[in-house]
Amino acid sequence: MEEENWDIVIKPSRGIFEVPVKKIIAYFDLLFLFVKRDLVVVYKQTILGPLWFFIQPILTTLMFLVVFGNIANISTDGIPKPLFYLSGIVFWNYFADCFNKTSNTFTANAEIFGKVYFPRLIMPMSIVVSSGLKLAVQFLLFLAVCAYYSIQSGEIYITKTILITPLLIIMMAMIGLGFGLIFSSLTTKYKDLKFLIQFGVQLFMYATPVIYPISILSDRMKTLMWFNPLSHIIEAFKLAFLGQGTFSWEGMAYTFICSLVFLVLGVIIFNKTEQSFMDTV
Amino acid sequence: MSEVVLKVSNVSKLYRLGEVGTGTISHDLNRWWAKLMGKEDPFAKVGQVNDRSKSSKSDYVWAIKGINFEVKKGEILGIIGKNGAGKSTLLKILSQITSPTTGSIKAKGRVASLLEVGTGMHPEMTARENIYLNGAILGMTKKEINDKFDEIIEFSGCIMYVDTPIKRFSSGMRVRLGFAVAAFLEPEILIVDEVLAVGDAEFQRKAIGKMKEVSQGEGRTVLFVSHNMAAVQSLCTRAIVLNNGEVSFEGTTEMAIDEYSKMSLSEVNNKVHYSLDEAPGNEFIALKNIETTSTQIKLSDSIKVHFSFWNKLDLEEVLLCFDLTNAQEQTVFSTATSVKHFQDKVGSATCEIPSNFLNDDLYSVTLFFFDKNMRRLYNKPDIIQFEVVDLERELSYFGKVSGVVRPILKWS
Repeated sequence: MEEENWDIVIKPSRGIFEVPVKKIIAYFDLLFLFVKRDLVVVYKQTILGPLWFFIQPILTTLMFLVVFGNIANISTDGIPKPLFYLSGIVFWNYFADCFNKTSNTFTANAEIFGKVYFPRLIMPMSIVVSSGLKLAVQFLLFLAVCAYYSIQSGEIYITKTILITPLLIIMMAMIGLGFGLIFSSLTTKYKDLKFLIQFGVQLFMYATPVIYPISILSDRMKTLMWFNPLSHIIEAFKLAFLGQGTFSWEGMAYTFICSLVFLVLGVIIFNKTEQSFMDTV
Repeated sequence: MSEVVLKVSNVSKLYRLGEVGTGTISHDLNRWWAKLMGKEDPFAKVGQVNDRSKSSKSDYVWAIKGINFEVKKGEILGIIGKNGAGKSTLLKILSQITSPTTGSIKAKGRVASLLEVGTGMHPEMTARENIYLNGAILGMTKKEINDKFDEIIEFSGCIMYVDTPIKRFSSGMRVRLGFAVAAFLEPEILIVDEVLAVGDAEFQRKAIGKMKEVSQGEGRTVLFVSHNMAAVQSLCTRAIVLNNGEVSFEGTTEMAIDEYSKMSLSEVNNKVHYSLDEAPGNEFIALKNIETTSTQIKLSDSIKVHFSFWNKLDLEEVLLCFDLTNAQEQTVFSTATSVKHFQDKVGSATCEIPSNFLNDDLYSVTLFFFDKNMRRLYNKPDIIQFEVVDLERELSYFGKVSGVVRPILKWS
């Protein structure tokens, strides 16, 4: 038989770097439909609806205010405490959402994945986008609180670091997605990780300067802290919007490389897993 | 000469038996090491043939092994086989849900699979939103759905409810909606699992008609997997039979169905013969022969069930009684006869079940023996089985006709 052109070839396993990019692009409409579904469904099932986007960060801020601000009395570098905690929560939540929700991609969608094929990466990608929209909404709340304190104190907190905000958000999404992809692949086989992720994210928050400024740490602790790429992102955010924080181009470069490594690693592992996870899930 | 659009060569799939999770890390490491050294998977060698009735010696099993076939453009290929023969595994591999352990599949054009209708539909969302979501999951672009939206709604027959969340829909309506979306997919190759099992007669007719239309009119190829022989017969141009993970027959639909029927009979035992010393029984009764005319009986044929037994105590009269139960374990009827004549202590009786009485199903016979004072002497559940099949349908409905019995009644 002569050589023919086949459109689809299914083989036992794809190469490590054979990510079906073309197919992902072909399924972009699906990505946005998933985003729409996630947003619409969240608010259809509740009484308060989209208000939940605000209630959750506000309540968490209040709790932090009491526990860390008043009881533990941790410094906030002179920044008004509610503002300090809210900024941490809003940005940290984006990372936590990206990570948490993508980390169970395979187990949560086994039903759909078992019945129909589409590039599985569409699912976690849609989560990053829908969490991004949630971040946008919460960001407005944060800006409003920012403006309130600015007017009240007559000070302007915003610095020129604000210009790299998009990059910070992108890096955060990359790390969250990368972690999520790695863990979602591993949980298909080793379900133990599911338990680890839940409190792992919480513990990770304390290892990142979310509820305290890095400036209160000892030099040794600071060095350790800077290994965590998220420290650079959160600190840069705080500098950008609150005027207190740390920013360095070296730190950004380090963070960017880390984000890229996590994301690429995540995509590779995910791509490998999606071919046969139905057998182990 | 039409071209080959789907080529399956030497496809196999290895599964791990038992609980996945125990010892997987060590197996994974072993495998990884073998791969690194350029050797083949150490666990693939030990895999055995997929035959669920045998107990296994190995931890691994070939769910399907060495599957080869080709499908030409415009063909409707039926894939039939018993439960566990590997149909679902093959479908999953064809639809890229899981990858094969060995072999390759090559296809021309888009492949869409319909292993379930309405996959990914969300109960909180309206029919309109779900059509878009489901269509996109099946691989349509938003533009394609936009173009066909009216047709889809029309085909589903849910125009009234287009903006109602589908959680308010009956399950039948959801199926119709799901199938409607799938019907307007335009893949070159469509893979359909037993989705026709649901839905009412009108809808089944529509669905089968649509599939025929798609393959004949538009030159698309359909792979149809079903247990429903009536549907396979009317729809498919060719069929393959899977047995224990291998292709045991490939050819015309009729011959394939024949082959399949013969195969399914091997599991159904329609006759037992015992000699006196090994016969099941007790101090009163021992069973000798119990048999039916054949294992598979057409609806339009009558069925003879023959019994013979040893009357060990030489009782003057024995009451023979049997219950006929269907696959759902419902007792269809119970009947009895008195046996009075014995020759060398052997008594026998034959019962004739009339034609056009039992519905198509698998039946099992449970025997009881009583003495004339209605004291139970012996009983034996599920001694033989037989199947009533429905191969000649005149209606355009291909689903199972409901009901325990299926008499031909007088209409005027």
